[in-house]
Amino acid sequence: MSPIWSSRTWSFRTPVQKCVLGLAVALSVSGAHLAPASADGTVVIGSSQVPRHFNGAVQSGVATAVPSTQIFASPLRYDENWKPQPYLAESWEISADGKSVTLKLVKNAVFHDGKPVTSEDVAFSIMTIKANHPFQTMLAAVDKVDTPDPYTAVIQLKHPHPALLLAMSPALMPILPKHIYGDGQDVKSHPANLKPIGSGPFRLTEYKQGEFYTLEKFDKFFIPGRPKLDKIVVKLISDPNAMLVSLERGDVNALPLISAVRDIERLEKMPNVLVTEKGFAGIGPINWLAFNTKKKPLDDVRVRQAIAFATNRDFIISKLMGGKAAAATSPIAPGSPLDEPGVEMYKLDLAKSQKLLDDAGYPKKADGSRMALTIDYIPGNDEQQRNIAEYLRSQLKKVGINLDVRAASDFPTWAQRVSSFDFDLTMDTVFNWGDPVIGVDRTYLTSNIRKGIIWSNTQQYSNPRVDELLAAAGQETSAEKRKALYSEFQKIVVSDAPIHFINSTPYRNVFSKGLGGLPTTIWGIMSPLDELYWATPPRT
Amino acid sequence: MNLLLHIVRQLANAIGLLFAVLVLNFCLIHAAPGDPAMVIAGEMGGASADVIAALRIKYGLDKSLFEQLFTYMSKVVTGDFGFSYYFNEPVVSLILQRIPATLYLVIAALVMSVVIGTLLGVVSARKPNGLFSQGVTVIALAGYAAPVFWTGLMLLLLFGSVWPILPVSGMIDVVRPKTGFAHVLDIIQHLILPSTTLALVFIAQYSRLARVNMIDALTADYVRTARAKGLPETIVIGKHALRNTLIPIVTVAGLQFGHLFAGAVLVETVFSWPGMGRLVFDSILRRDYPTLLAVLFFSAVLVMAANIVTDLVYRLIDPRIRSGAR
Repeated sequence: MSPIWSSRTWSFRTPVQKCVLGLAVALSVSGAHLAPASADGTVVIGSSQVPRHFNGAVQSGVATAVPSTQIFASPLRYDENWKPQPYLAESWEISADGKSVTLKLVKNAVFHDGKPVTSEDVAFSIMTIKANHPFQTMLAAVDKVDTPDPYTAVIQLKHPHPALLLAMSPALMPILPKHIYGDGQDVKSHPANLKPIGSGPFRLTEYKQGEFYTLEKFDKFFIPGRPKLDKIVVKLISDPNAMLVSLERGDVNALPLISAVRDIERLEKMPNVLVTEKGFAGIGPINWLAFNTKKKPLDDVRVRQAIAFATNRDFIISKLMGGKAAAATSPIAPGSPLDEPGVEMYKLDLAKSQKLLDDAGYPKKADGSRMALTIDYIPGNDEQQRNIAEYLRSQLKKVGINLDVRAASDFPTWAQRVSSFDFDLTMDTVFNWGDPVIGVDRTYLTSNIRKGIIWSNTQQYSNPRVDELLAAAGQETSAEKRKALYSEFQKIVVSDAPIHFINSTPYRNVFSKGLGGLPTTIWGIMSPLDELYWATPPRT
Repeated sequence: MNLLLHIVRQLANAIGLLFAVLVLNFCLIHAAPGDPAMVIAGEMGGASADVIAALRIKYGLDKSLFEQLFTYMSKVVTGDFGFSYYFNEPVVSLILQRIPATLYLVIAALVMSVVIGTLLGVVSARKPNGLFSQGVTVIALAGYAAPVFWTGLMLLLLFGSVWPILPVSGMIDVVRPKTGFAHVLDIIQHLILPSTTLALVFIAQYSRLARVNMIDALTADYVRTARAKGLPETIVIGKHALRNTLIPIVTVAGLQFGHLFAGAVLVETVFSWPGMGRLVFDSILRRDYPTLLAVLFFSAVLVMAANIVTDLVYRLIDPRIRSGAR
């Protein structure tokens, strides 16, 4: 008996066998060049963020902002120090009463289809953003935009609006071509959102749904010598392990917005990559513990403060987050020029915590407990969310609070609970988005207690003085006075403790070594990558 | 004529089942907490009440469940599966983009698992108590027991990091030319890890099935007769014993087409394979009802088609069924 896998069977005589042999050889040959795939002039970015579309005028969030800021130019851009820089507007002037801003546009800017960028496009874009962008407070003060000539746009305001300059950043104010978007169709579902025409440094040339999108250099970009790269490809990778391995292998050259501590530690050990924590000041991400202030016993400020005093922020940051995160102590993220350091820090003090609970009328029972509460968290980011909730369960037991950690299967489940006020405590991560008017006010204004709206004032916190301060600071044109108003606001909020601020989310941008002109401005990867280049070309 | 009648009956059953799949899935997904407006607002980093209310009106979420179901069903009957809330594209075009990737993955895994599983089972059946047979049994059980996402991660780390010879994510190398034979090879390279991950679970099942059936076949009278006639062992096994061994394998392969789709959800997520499985995953997380419902519908169609084809192949392989004998 001869075995069925005898040598005769694999003599590669039949066409099928020859095909198998050929394929094996071809695969092994092509396998030899598996290492870095990037050609000089091309950068591949790995991202888990799938854009709904590419129009940042009607969609906020990182997934859309990253491509949108490459495709569309904006009036201004920002540097690392919160200073506005010329972009489509070569100059800008704020009137003495603060109620109008005049933009002088560059004259050589054209859209990707060759049509010039004019003040009509700026006016159209600003009014479109005002009507459609999810951050409604961002341009609420805009009354109209005058266009005295093709290269001058005058933004008329109902009242002074200092947040306007930050709102003119690439991530928030992409200038749309009026000749395309002004055709009467709904801009939110406009077909051009998936085939965008902008005036930014790159144009979208290919989008394979769920796989990748390709941005190619726009030869007629209005800044001479930019962009420095020929092409940016954003590869959509859903698994974090695959993302890291792809970077390690050189399949991708950049990973933006990495926040998992273990991943950061692993990346920092890789010899061929650079990990930077610059580029997130504008986003201002804060990880916090929120209280339902209308629900007993959390309607008593002493109970909320007691929980804050029982929480060891230093332990969370040094142990649970490996020292990678910065402490957050107030509603305005560390790194912002408006951050107030002189607030109550809620240093760990179990005795004070117990006293506050006693004073609030929750003495310890015979079994040592005082109350039972639940804590929710956003699923999917264990280190920033679940681990802290689990830590709090054991930590709060020390002061007699039995905490039940309630998991949610996915984001909508968690959002449904929190936005319908069906929670006691919840972990949450919220972005400042540059100016308090854009990303901070929404959490604290009494007028923004809206059932069913996630990331509104879901704590149901209400303090008339806070409302007054936010209203005044939103219109204050003196930087010094504005800072003072926000300073008082922060002290009151921290003292009222509708939220216990824990840490700034430890975001990192990761790049292959050899890349220069890295995006380290306040908006980081959500700003034009026109200066990015290969200082040392990658291996090919 | 009998066969034609049989096919017509199968198709009629399938249509009824598909209707039930649509209604059931519609009710189940709408019972899940949260809605697409909430997810879209979440991914925007927050949105005003007006924006969220406008989103709910735009997608018809402000209507009663029954109204939404009626509207949806009346559109589906005309072939309109709606517009993806999240991806901003007609659902059918979204699915048509994703179907090829899933078919590559599922068919590659199916072929790999049937061929390798059967081969291992047949070889180990020749010496059921031998070392090879025992080894196959142990490996098969390990492959079956390991969760598919774990197997995927291990293969990803092994062949992507420790011994970096295979690509670990996506279906193509995004910076290489997307035409010609090199492109085909590129896809095959990217297919190796996900299809192997998916196949490993099923190789275990097929090898056990083939082993048991081959052991039975090798002791049957017709095999003894074939050997007595002096036929070479390859003919005895390949032509006589294997044919009978294949009957249950074909049946199971058809039935497991649905399991392969289920496994593809995890495998596609681990390896960022741009198929329907990943679309299901994304759609569930984003409460993208039209996309999810359509993907489940088309998956059901594919599974039912696979079952019908299996039934027909089964008839071709087994003459007893073809002739109506039992």
